[in-house]
Amino acid sequence: MALDEELQADPLFAGQSGAAFEWLCRIGDSTLILGHRVSEWCGHAPVLEEDIALANTALDLIGHTQMWLGLAAEVEGQGRSADDLAYRRDAMAFRNIKLVELPKGDMGLTVMRGFLFDAFHFELLTRLTASKSPRVAEIAAKALKEVSYHLERSSDLVVRLGDGSAESHRRMQAALDHLWPYCGEMFWGDAVDDAMDAADIAPHPAELRDAWDAAVQDVLGEATLQRPETRLDVHLGGKTGRHTEHLGYVLAEMQFLPRAYPDASW
Amino acid sequence: MYAQMVTSEGKAPGEDLSPEEQAFQDRIDAGERIEPRDWMPEGYRKTLVRQIGQHAHSEIVGQLPEGNWITRAPTLERKAILIAKVQDEAGHGLYLYSAAETLGVSRDELLEKLHTGRMKYSSIFNYPTLNWADIGAVGWLVDGAAIMNQVPLQRTSYGPYARAMVRICKEESFHQRQGYSIMMKMAQGTAAQKAMAQDALDRFWYPSLMMFGPSDAESVHSAQNMAWKIKINTNDELRQKFVDQTVPQAEFLGLTVPDETLAWNDEKGGYDFAEPDWEEFFEVLRGNGPCNEERLGARVAAWEEGAWFRDGLSAYADKAEARRNAQVAAE
Amino acid sequence: MKKQWPLWEIFIRGQHGMNHRHVGSLHAPDAEMAINHARDVYTRRKEGVSIWAVRSTDITASAPSEKGPLFDPAETKVYRHPTFFDIPDDVGHM
Repeated sequence: MALDEELQADPLFAGQSGAAFEWLCRIGDSTLILGHRVSEWCGHAPVLEEDIALANTALDLIGHTQMWLGLAAEVEGQGRSADDLAYRRDAMAFRNIKLVELPKGDMGLTVMRGFLFDAFHFELLTRLTASKSPRVAEIAAKALKEVSYHLERSSDLVVRLGDGSAESHRRMQAALDHLWPYCGEMFWGDAVDDAMDAADIAPHPAELRDAWDAAVQDVLGEATLQRPETRLDVHLGGKTGRHTEHLGYVLAEMQFLPRAYPDASW
Repeated sequence: MYAQMVTSEGKAPGEDLSPEEQAFQDRIDAGERIEPRDWMPEGYRKTLVRQIGQHAHSEIVGQLPEGNWITRAPTLERKAILIAKVQDEAGHGLYLYSAAETLGVSRDELLEKLHTGRMKYSSIFNYPTLNWADIGAVGWLVDGAAIMNQVPLQRTSYGPYARAMVRICKEESFHQRQGYSIMMKMAQGTAAQKAMAQDALDRFWYPSLMMFGPSDAESVHSAQNMAWKIKINTNDELRQKFVDQTVPQAEFLGLTVPDETLAWNDEKGGYDFAEPDWEEFFEVLRGNGPCNEERLGARVAAWEEGAWFRDGLSAYADKAEARRNAQVAAE
Repeated sequence: MKKQWPLWEIFIRGQHGMNHRHVGSLHAPDAEMAINHARDVYTRRKEGVSIWAVRSTDITASAPSEKGPLFDPAETKVYRHPTFFDIPDDVGHM
């Protein structure tokens, strides 16, 4: 099939490209910012084996970002690249969920955030492998292999640290309580998601909630951690560009070189 | 090098070897590998622990200057490459600590000595990475210098050390190349990039030469370590080789090596070059380098703040084992 | 100093390998985590398809001084090696 035909056959490139671009940025920006946060541990983890494992996770997430933002740039058709999207947009144009931009905190927070996100990410990618968009399905299949391992590893660590020492239990519970009100954004959707759902490109995020609840319930139970009573969806807005104060600092650091030397190539 | 000025615990020259020691030396001379359960002189063991430990410490402290730019890498691909490289260094540290552990010292003991300043790491990692070209310079010059030393160490007499070096050399092959690729981009880039590249070379040239350590042609420690084949070349040999290899690479980049005396010497078939400032080197070893405090501070903080994490996982493992045992007992 | 995680020896069977080979060691609180760590530490370049982890203290090694008695006899049993036997080319591949 010629490239043009192939593109036309992919619903991602048909009609609703504005929504498709938004939707792809929501995934790609989330993997980018989480990958950035995880990479901050490089050289600072509690033990060498964990340092190496965290770097693997960061590498996977940056790799996913290249694929998702690369596709977003293609869909947009304005001649931008994945790097342009990552390095030349300001915070209000970023579409990641707020959960991933919170500072890395201690290992308890990093592990708990990883788990809460992985459980969602795993469900999302699993569903996306059946996307009507071959491009989306292809990326999802590649990423799913890695994210399956992320989820396995983070679930295991949550159980061990939750049911470990009194101190590790306390820290894991504190991390869970802190992160819980940010989790609802994973399942929040708007017209962008309706459009993706209608075109059978992606499920509406709300549909992922039950599977996530079940997975989280299982792991928290085994970890002897208390599921918080607080609302899950207190902190929304990241998906539409209303972020926490933290994102601006992440971008100031991440984008410094391309911004300071706009003519340079690296 | 990654292990600089390793004091040898061997006998003084002229002292007689016992029959056991002589047999040991004969094995080494015959090119045999010494393995963990073999008999070895206490001095050989101690010297190796010191050298491998220092080498391992250098790998993990060496994560820090480059890690400093992970969150500021200018493209997604550069970011991924840099993470992979810094991760490799953690891996190399791990392999080397494992090699040291075969000599009866635990990783935690070695770390304790690093954290309390009783063991050293390479002087080079006490220099700051101030601009993005430094990441290129570290790969090109620092890894380049390290490889000079590590390639011959694949033939070192102690089996586990040699095997760790084989693995490390295999993985390191991409490190120097990625550094040079950054330098090429910078040196061929805008005027500002070129200035960063020159600045990086200016700051890293002499510290890289220092990595090989002061001249040890006359050193008894060095002679003993070479007899034991835990040191393969003299510091001067390696430094010369490094300069001869690096100068044309700098020329290719269009950068100037910050040494006015640098000149090709036909007679020796190598470059004449200026010695680094050895006063500065000893000051850095004494703890007065630009980043000693930050580097060690970062390692100590990572270890101390991670204690609850390690202990929490140990606690779970103990509980899980107790539960399994109780179940077996009940059946 | 708190309790150190025990040491594990890691064996990996590669993509094209028939046997597990010793690749190195690492620290982990228990066997399951040793496997996870081994995946992260020793298969970063897609080196393996199967991992074994054994507590280092559970390994019994031959004493180096027995090297002669243990291994020398094999040197006289050259017939154990296929190249010992001359098979005429006409027989074909064997």
